Amino acid sequence: MNKRRINLWIGIVLISILLLMMIVSLFYTPFPVTEINRLERFEPPSMRHLLGTDNFGRDVLSRIMKGSQTAFFVGLVAVSIGSVFGVLIGAISGYFGGIVDEIIMRIVDAMMAFPSILLALMFVSVFGVGLRNTIIAIGIMSIPSFARITRSGFVQHKELDYVKNAKIKGVSNLRIMFRHILPNVLSPIVVAASMGFANAVLAEAALSYLGLGIQPPNPSWGRMLSESQVFITVSPWYAIAPGVLITLLVLGFNFLGDGIRDIRENR
Amino acid sequence: MKRGILEIHDLRKHYRLRRTRLLKKPGSIKALNGVSLSISKGESFGLVGESGCGKSTTAYTIVGLLKPTEGRILFKGDDVTSLKRNQKREFRKKVQLIFQDTSGSLNPRGTVEWILREPLRAMGMQKREIKELILESMNLVGLDKDLLGRFPHELSGGQKQRVGIMNALILNPEVVIADEPISSLDVSIQAQILNLMNDLQERLSLTYLFISHDLNVVHYFCDRIAVMYLGEIVELSESEELYRSPLHPYTQSLLSAIPGETGHKLERIILEGDAPSPLNPPTGCFFHPRCFRRMAICSSVKPQMTEVTKDHFVSCHLY
Repeated sequence: MNKRRINLWIGIVLISILLLMMIVSLFYTPFPVTEINRLERFEPPSMRHLLGTDNFGRDVLSRIMKGSQTAFFVGLVAVSIGSVFGVLIGAISGYFGGIVDEIIMRIVDAMMAFPSILLALMFVSVFGVGLRNTIIAIGIMSIPSFARITRSGFVQHKELDYVKNAKIKGVSNLRIMFRHILPNVLSPIVVAASMGFANAVLAEAALSYLGLGIQPPNPSWGRMLSESQVFITVSPWYAIAPGVLITLLVLGFNFLGDGIRDIRENR
Repeated sequence: MKRGILEIHDLRKHYRLRRTRLLKKPGSIKALNGVSLSISKGESFGLVGESGCGKSTTAYTIVGLLKPTEGRILFKGDDVTSLKRNQKREFRKKVQLIFQDTSGSLNPRGTVEWILREPLRAMGMQKREIKELILESMNLVGLDKDLLGRFPHELSGGQKQRVGIMNALILNPEVVIADEPISSLDVSIQAQILNLMNDLQERLSLTYLFISHDLNVVHYFCDRIAVMYLGEIVELSESEELYRSPLHPYTQSLLSAIPGETGHKLERIILEGDAPSPLNPPTGCFFHPRCFRRMAICSSVKPQMTEVTKDHFVSCHLY
C-alpha cells in the first residue's frame, strides 16, 4: 500500500467501524439503554455485559452504542452549520475584499481569540442546555476557521485569469464565486470539515462532561465519562469505554483529514 | 485620426499605493500615462513594448477589468466607461480578450464544454442553441469534438490556446484583444495559431488588437504598430514603414535587437540601464535616461506626438 495513503485508510477504517456501530444501534442494542437493574451494578465485563455495567446497572456497551448516535449527529449537524456559514462568509470576504473584508475578518479574529469552549458555555447558559443548543453552539464555534480557510482560497483565486475571463464574459459574481472559484478551493475546506468533525465530537463531550450538553437519560460519551469519574476506583472499565471511543472517533477524523490533504497536495 | 471601431483617448491608469507616512501624500504607480489610439474596423493593430510598459494594463482597461483613472474608451463612438449595466453586457459581447497564459485562463475544474458554455449561459442562451454553437465553433478552430469532455490539463498547449481563442470568439465579438497569445507556446505551434487567427479574421471580419513583445511577430501579423514605453505610446505607424524606417530611438534599439535579416542596416544598439520605475518616472521625455541620442531639451520638456511622414507618428524631440 502506498505510504501516503496510510493515514487515509486508518481514518476510513476507524470511522467505518464506528459508523457501523452507530447504524446497528439504530435497530439493536444488547439491552435497552435506559433499563435500570439494581442487582447488576458495577459489574465487570463479562459474557453477559461485554463492557460491564454502570452505577444503575445499565449495560455500558448498549449505552456506548447509543451514544455514538449523539456523537455522529452532533458532529454532522455542527460541521454543516459551521461550513455553510463559514464558506459563505469567507467567500464574500475574500471575493469582494475592501472594507467588507476588513470588518468581517476583524469579527472572525475576535471570535478566534476567544476560547471557543467558553463561547459555547456562554451560549448554552444563555439559551439553555439541551441537544439543539449544544449543536448550534458548536456550529457557531467552528464558523471562524471555515471562514478563514475559504477566504484565503478566494483571495488567491480571484486574481487568476480564469476568474478574469469569467468576468469579461459577463458571468454574475454569485456564479463566479460558487461555480467557478469554490470547486477550485474546496479541498482545504473538506480537510477542515473532517478536522471540524473531530473537534465537534470533542466539544460535545466536553460540554456534556460539564453537564451542559446532552441531558440524562440520553447517553452521551462525554456525560458517561463525567458520571463514571466518581466510581473510577470501583469500576475503571466504566470510564475507559467512553474515553476510548471518543479518542477513536476523533483520531479517525483527524487521520481522514490528514489523508485527504496528503492526496490533494500530492496531485 | 479617422473614426475607428475602437478609440482610446488619453487613457491613464494610476495605482495608488498605501499611505506609509501620515502627512505624506501616498505615491502612485503610473502604469498608463495618456495612451491614445484608434483602431479601424478589420485591421490588426499591434502594440509592442517591453514587459511592464503597460500593454496588459491597456488590454485589461479596455475590456473593463480595470477602471481607468482618466481617459475615454470609445467603441463605435460610444463611451464604454460610462455604460449602464445592460449596455455593458452588450459591449462585453463585442470586445473580447484572448489571454496570454491559457492554462490559467481556463478553469481547471471545468471541462472544455463547460468552459465554453458558461459565457453563452451568462448571455441567456438556450441549452440546445448552446450545444449547436459549441460544436460549430469547435469545427471552426479545428478541434475534434471528442475534446469537449476533457479538462484543460488534459490538453496540449496548442489545443489549450485554440480553446482559449474559441472561448473569446464564442460570443461573436467584433474586436478581439490578444494579450501575447502565442508567447507561452512552442515555436512550432506559434505559427499555427497565428495562421488560425488570420484565417478567423477573414472569415468573421474581426478587428484585432495584438499585444506582444516580439516585433517580428507583430510585423508579420499587424497592419499598424504602436510602440509603448513606460505607459506611453512613443511611435505609431504602418507596420512596413515602422520596420523600414523606425524614427524613435527606442524603436530603433528594439529593431536592432532582432537577430538575423531585419531589412535595414542598424548597428546593434544596446541601451544603458533598465526601464525606469513607473513609481517615479523621469522628467521630460521618459526615455531620455537611456537614450543614445538625447539632447539638452529631453530632460526638461516632454515631446509631443507629431506626424513626421504620412500616418507615421512619433513623440521625440529629434523630429
